[in-house]
Amino acid sequence: MSTTTIDSHTQAAADEMTVGHFLSTYVFSKDHKVIGIQFLFSTLIWFVVGGMLALGIRWQLAWPWSDMPIIGGMLFPEQGGQIAPEFYTVLVTMHATVMIFLVIIPILAGAFGNFLIPLMIGADDMAFPTLNMLSYWFMWPAFFFFGGAFFCDGHGAAAGWTSYPPLSDMTTSAPSSGAAQTLWLLGVTTVGVSSMLGSVNYMTTIIQMRAPGMTMFRLPLTIWAMFITALLQAFALPVLTAAGFMMLADRLIGTGFFLPEGLVVNNSPMAAGGGQPLLWQHLFWFYSHPAVYIMILPAMGMVSDILACFSRKPIFGYKPMVYSICGIAGLGFIVWGHHMFVSGMNPGLGMTFMVATMMIALPSAVKTFNWLGTVYGGKVQFTTPMLFALSFVSMFVIGGLSGIFMAATPVDIVIHDTYFIVAHFHYVLFAGTAMAVFGSIYFWFPKMFGRMMNETAGKIHFALTFIFLNGTFFTMHILGVGGFPRRLADPYHYPTFSHLLTMNQFMTVCAICMVAVQIIFAVNFFYSLFWGPKAGRNPWRANGLEWQAPSPPGHGNFDFQPIVYRGPYEYGSPETEEDFYPQTMPPKQDRDNLA
Amino acid sequence: MGRVWSILFLTVPIFGVWTFVSAMNDWWPMSGGSFAFSSGHWFPSLDVSDHVKDHLFYVILYLTGVVFIGTGAVLFWILWRYDGATNADPVVFSHGSHALEVIWSILPAVVLLFIAIYQMDAWAGARMRRPTMADGAIKPPLCRVTGRQFEWRIQYPGEDGRLDTPDDLHVLNDLHVPVDEEIVIEIESMDVLHSFFLPNMRVKQDVVPGMRQYVWFHPVKEGVSDIVCAELCGWGHYKMRGRITVDNAAEFDRWYSAAYAEQETSQFSLPEEEE
Repeated sequence: MSTTTIDSHTQAAADEMTVGHFLSTYVFSKDHKVIGIQFLFSTLIWFVVGGMLALGIRWQLAWPWSDMPIIGGMLFPEQGGQIAPEFYTVLVTMHATVMIFLVIIPILAGAFGNFLIPLMIGADDMAFPTLNMLSYWFMWPAFFFFGGAFFCDGHGAAAGWTSYPPLSDMTTSAPSSGAAQTLWLLGVTTVGVSSMLGSVNYMTTIIQMRAPGMTMFRLPLTIWAMFITALLQAFALPVLTAAGFMMLADRLIGTGFFLPEGLVVNNSPMAAGGGQPLLWQHLFWFYSHPAVYIMILPAMGMVSDILACFSRKPIFGYKPMVYSICGIAGLGFIVWGHHMFVSGMNPGLGMTFMVATMMIALPSAVKTFNWLGTVYGGKVQFTTPMLFALSFVSMFVIGGLSGIFMAATPVDIVIHDTYFIVAHFHYVLFAGTAMAVFGSIYFWFPKMFGRMMNETAGKIHFALTFIFLNGTFFTMHILGVGGFPRRLADPYHYPTFSHLLTMNQFMTVCAICMVAVQIIFAVNFFYSLFWGPKAGRNPWRANGLEWQAPSPPGHGNFDFQPIVYRGPYEYGSPETEEDFYPQTMPPKQDRDNLA
Repeated sequence: MGRVWSILFLTVPIFGVWTFVSAMNDWWPMSGGSFAFSSGHWFPSLDVSDHVKDHLFYVILYLTGVVFIGTGAVLFWILWRYDGATNADPVVFSHGSHALEVIWSILPAVVLLFIAIYQMDAWAGARMRRPTMADGAIKPPLCRVTGRQFEWRIQYPGEDGRLDTPDDLHVLNDLHVPVDEEIVIEIESMDVLHSFFLPNMRVKQDVVPGMRQYVWFHPVKEGVSDIVCAELCGWGHYKMRGRITVDNAAEFDRWYSAAYAEQETSQFSLPEEEE
């Protein structure tokens, strides 16, 4: 493996600036940093798309069936600028699909995993650079499949991101259940291939390519989280892929894995039969529940690194943090049934899944207490990454606690598929993961691009996002208690929900403001990319190996052989005069001996 | 600036609690057409004898509320006290505390296990203990509700007590049930997944094609409320609305006879099935 990188290294040095050179360096690059940045830019673009789809949902819920200003006429000329009910189901489906499969999972594992793993463990690149390149390029078929679905009948897949059969399984069940749904399944499959290629690589790299002295218990928590996430993906993904192919077979060659007999759809009886719709739910959630942890564990790891750095003290309870990551991952495999409490699954099984689900709150609680313990007694520097990391802790508490309501089976009967669950996962995934991602971009931007982002703009971006996200998502809890169901294009014709319109308008105004505020981030990002002040190797005075490499690191990462003497969180150690103690700095007695 | 950020984080528990308390006490200001104060931002009215699901919700709400306020307050205090710009004390160089880890592992574990065990009886009551008759036999369903894109077909068994016989009563989206009686309903689907959701009865159950399932509840208030489809079932999911009317026994019988008479005299009483 290392020969590959040395070969490409010397080759790169020998190459002249040709088209071929440009392609191999910036497009079909095998360098983990370039691949990470490719993932970062691709996912940020899809983040914009997903955000626009979310605004479509919010528009419909605040001003149902009214003309969308400005863009409505362009998007839906045949409907006079209104969102049609079938397009509303496309919006909810594709918002979730884009955000989960094209933004959160690839930005955590693909962008940050790729960029950080070799740098933080002191390796010159990934174990399998070609696989790594393929893991990025397998995203492109997915981009085309998901994007192409918008141009098929029905203008996009519309069976929900969970694609429950029989709705998703039959080509006659909805306007968009033809080619659009098939493309959706192909998209999920190729995203899975990309994730699998990535996770194999991450596991091998972390196990095999650590620098001398970098023991497993000296790894930064980011790397621990990426390692466990890779394991989760490797074991859970094949199930989803198999299920996806079973559904494709149902749709394309007439098998009936998920179709019971005797169905009458659109007044025509279906020929196939003998299947069971709940089978899909079991298979789907066997992957997609671990996927929930794939979408949060790396964020937890990165937040731990940022918190320790800007509290200027060691992480509190490093080993309990590691064990709780493992605990979340292990329990994560036996809680999938909590998505199915009201699905018709054996109610006895519901009790088992309830106990397992309650128990998974425990490692999450341990992590939260340890984060608070980390900040306690430190010298907190309120930088932009720190503010985002602190907001992750604050918001994750809400998302974690609201999960307990759904875990309790009788309570879940009342709030299942209402806005309570929508509030819950947006607190975990947006207020949690997305805020952690913003913090991580501000934190590692200097390493990625060699320049600092603007702190003032960053803090304004943080404060406004924080306020508007709570305005948007906290009120969803109240809607949920009121029984307000998700995925309804117009809930207000039900007398039970008609009075909730004003609250929805308030939320939509907050959501529009929240999206608008991201312009500050975009401007800051692109301005700093070209004109930000030079960062130097270690602008945050941090301990990790990545901060000892040049900014941005060249091909092969380190201009010296890193040797690791201690863990990554020795801030404020009495052994040094400085308030940080890089992992590569030899211990005091060695330095004294040398002197 | 550290002070400002500390206070920003303190606003989370303050506004969080304020939001819940104002919604529970019906003084949420964002209601009504013109920001008027009006009621109804909490649970839909409870029309069944079984209060246990609401009770369990409150148990969890208060337990999690304590944790929410506690962690929010601690975060605020830590940020206020240990702001690097004002904190002159040296950093507490600590890698953790075994005793603390044990305490904050065991304490939540006990509470979470308590919550889980405390739910089980209510879950069994809602999903496993079918209502029985005086002689101990399982109570037969009052009617069958069949979900179909995008309507609820309702079928009462008629005098012979058996479904799918000629004396059945067929109605669409208009479920009537007698008050003060344990109601059992058989639910099915003809095509895709739907979810039979009665917000006021605290009942929700996905209907799955190929599976025959039962839900039960005990209405104690007369009145009309909504049947909502709570599982995405296609483009018209939003309009798959039914109505449940809880009548006293006499009124229920009167409605039943009238509906049956209308069915027998109308030429198009049964929705036509195209084969």
